[in-house]
Amino acid sequence: MTISRRKFLGWFGGGLSATAVSAAGTAMAGGNHHFEGHPDTMGVLHDISRCIGCRKCEEACNRVNELPKPEKPFDDLSVLDKKRRTHASYYTVVNRFEVDSKPVFVKKQCNHCMEPACASACFVRAFQKTPNGPVVYDESVCVGCRYCMIACPFNIPAYEYDDALSPAVTKCTLCAPRIQKGQLPGCVESCPKEALIFGNRKQLIKIARERINKYPERYIDHIYGEHEMGGTSWLYISNVAFSKIGMREDLGTTSAPQLTSGPLAAVPIVVGLWPVLLTGIYAISQRKDKVAAEEQAEAVASAKAAADEEMKQQIAGVKKQAAKEKEAAIKKEVKKALEAAAKEAEEKNAEAPEKKEE
Amino acid sequence: MEQTSRISLRPLITPFNMILGIIIAMGCIITILRFTGGLAAVTHLDDNNPWGIWIGFDLLCGVALAAGGYTTSAACYIFGLKRFHAAVRPAILTAFLGYALVVLALHYDVGRPWRLPFPIFWQQGTTSLLFEVGLCVFLYLSVLFVEFTPAAFEWLGFSKIRAFIVKLTLVLTILGVVLSTLHQSSLGALYTIVPSKLHPLWYSGYLPVYFFVSSIFAGLSMVIFEGSLAHKYLHHKMDETHIKEAHGVILGFGKSASFIMAGYLAIKIIGLSVDNNWHYLFTDYGAWFLIELIGFVALPSFVYAIGVREKNIRLIQWTSLWTVFGIVLNRFNVSLIAFNWQLSSAERYFPGWMEIAISLFIVAIGIVAYRLATHFLPILHEHPEYQAH
Repeated sequence: MTISRRKFLGWFGGGLSATAVSAAGTAMAGGNHHFEGHPDTMGVLHDISRCIGCRKCEEACNRVNELPKPEKPFDDLSVLDKKRRTHASYYTVVNRFEVDSKPVFVKKQCNHCMEPACASACFVRAFQKTPNGPVVYDESVCVGCRYCMIACPFNIPAYEYDDALSPAVTKCTLCAPRIQKGQLPGCVESCPKEALIFGNRKQLIKIARERINKYPERYIDHIYGEHEMGGTSWLYISNVAFSKIGMREDLGTTSAPQLTSGPLAAVPIVVGLWPVLLTGIYAISQRKDKVAAEEQAEAVASAKAAADEEMKQQIAGVKKQAAKEKEAAIKKEVKKALEAAAKEAEEKNAEAPEKKEE
Repeated sequence: MEQTSRISLRPLITPFNMILGIIIAMGCIITILRFTGGLAAVTHLDDNNPWGIWIGFDLLCGVALAAGGYTTSAACYIFGLKRFHAAVRPAILTAFLGYALVVLALHYDVGRPWRLPFPIFWQQGTTSLLFEVGLCVFLYLSVLFVEFTPAAFEWLGFSKIRAFIVKLTLVLTILGVVLSTLHQSSLGALYTIVPSKLHPLWYSGYLPVYFFVSSIFAGLSMVIFEGSLAHKYLHHKMDETHIKEAHGVILGFGKSASFIMAGYLAIKIIGLSVDNNWHYLFTDYGAWFLIELIGFVALPSFVYAIGVREKNIRLIQWTSLWTVFGIVLNRFNVSLIAFNWQLSSAERYFPGWMEIAISLFIVAIGIVAYRLATHFLPILHEHPEYQAH
């Protein structure tokens, strides 16, 4: 047996952090791990300043994902008059915003977070962040609770509300099957203005940074998605403030799994502490009852004893009194009798001389 | 003998029963619509608002208001407050029915209800707070079922197995408290993942604590409220012990609820200070927040205290209803009213009438089940062969 103390503690710590990671699915404050995302993850850089709102990406998305044909054809740009979001029948939309009376077009789809809220929130692990980038969804296990839609900070997953028997959550797949075959995502391939670039996420950040540095007067100095909600595979650079084109800038940089790691960490505390504490409280209350019962019994016993004693004394007193009274009565009677006898004798004596004189 | 004859003479067709009947008939029709036309056919849910009143009311309120089960049994069996014994069985029954109905309601809400066992038996998403909720609700429903069985066994005359279950009381009660602590709090913790969607006045790292603590006084208030209804309408089913202990239960529970609500108020204020959200109080949402906190926590807590001091049973009973409304308001605020507060009003959710009808349908089933159970089983009275006293 040559287990050193250090080795033992190492195993122990390893076990602990493994539990921590499996419990929260990500690095937690307590463990000494920090997950920075899969290293070779792919992504897309969307240069918003280059987008012309032609909806070619929407058309390609519809085609490669075999989605139902829309009411209005994709070259009908009147669709842009209304702000849209992703939907069961379209995984990506282009929206038009007026900023300083100039139109700005923004493409919207799943951002494929580095640490996705949907995957963290799903109670049946239907979502998975694959190491090469896409966040994929497995319909075969989905219960349809829609917590993923609640959890998503970008409001991306949609639901087939009108399907009665097999409704599914829908969202962009980053064309995972196409990537597997070495093809580009449908939208990237079809973009005529190179507003979308597919590549290694680290490379994309470099490209984005270069563009911002090269044209500082054109771009806002921010790569949207580099840190938002722990970072996303889709990255955006823009010539107008993101908040003006429907992209929230107040999401923070904390990833979704980290937001819930605190409450999850409470589980072992509750499970560990409550039974011990409650059993203790039960034991104390039992003991209190027992002590109270004993004290009561004792009190009753001593009260009874005291009462008995008192009773005895009283009886003795009464007896004594009675004896005394009896004695006194006897004495009195004796005295009375004696007196009566004496009187009689006296009377007899007095009568006798009278008789003698006769 | 006299009692039974009185029961059988009670008329079945009363206005109340007719309303129940109409609601249940309507619920059956909407059930068919729901499972043939999908959620879109009966709800106003959409992609931005995936959770409506079936979650906000049926799940969140249902679970909170069924908390009487663990609070009452813990008070009686763990803390040794035996004078509350008569309240345990009705509380366990309500909790069991409550949780069973929550699970029933979920069958309407989730897309593929036949897959509800998946997260427990097939593939576990342990990183999800909803997994914690699901697992604990499943386990706790089982615990409640076992805790409820002695009443049924007494009725059926299975005295041996009843005696065995009764021996498990302490273990079951502790298990009930552990599981309730976990899922009551994790229902609040569900929303810790959405700081960007829930209004800052309701979003807090303390959400799990808020939900757990408020479930305690929700459960206590529900026991008082439901007890007062039972006394009004099911008095003939009660035995002497139950009636004798009822006032003690109301006073004791009212007092506890008052204290716990005061504590809840304090941690709400701490939460407000920790996140430094005071400035939001001067907005519209702030006014609404204050209505909830003062009008439905601080005031009822105070009125409970007055009721207990003056031994005013009716005041305590009315306050319990007031508190129950407060809980419903809080759960609605978190799940519906303050949720998605940044979306435009056109993008917000308002329940469709059929959603409301299904929620009423679930409540109606609960009332019928409660009445059937209290009619046949020794709930409000002790079985003559198994008296504890």
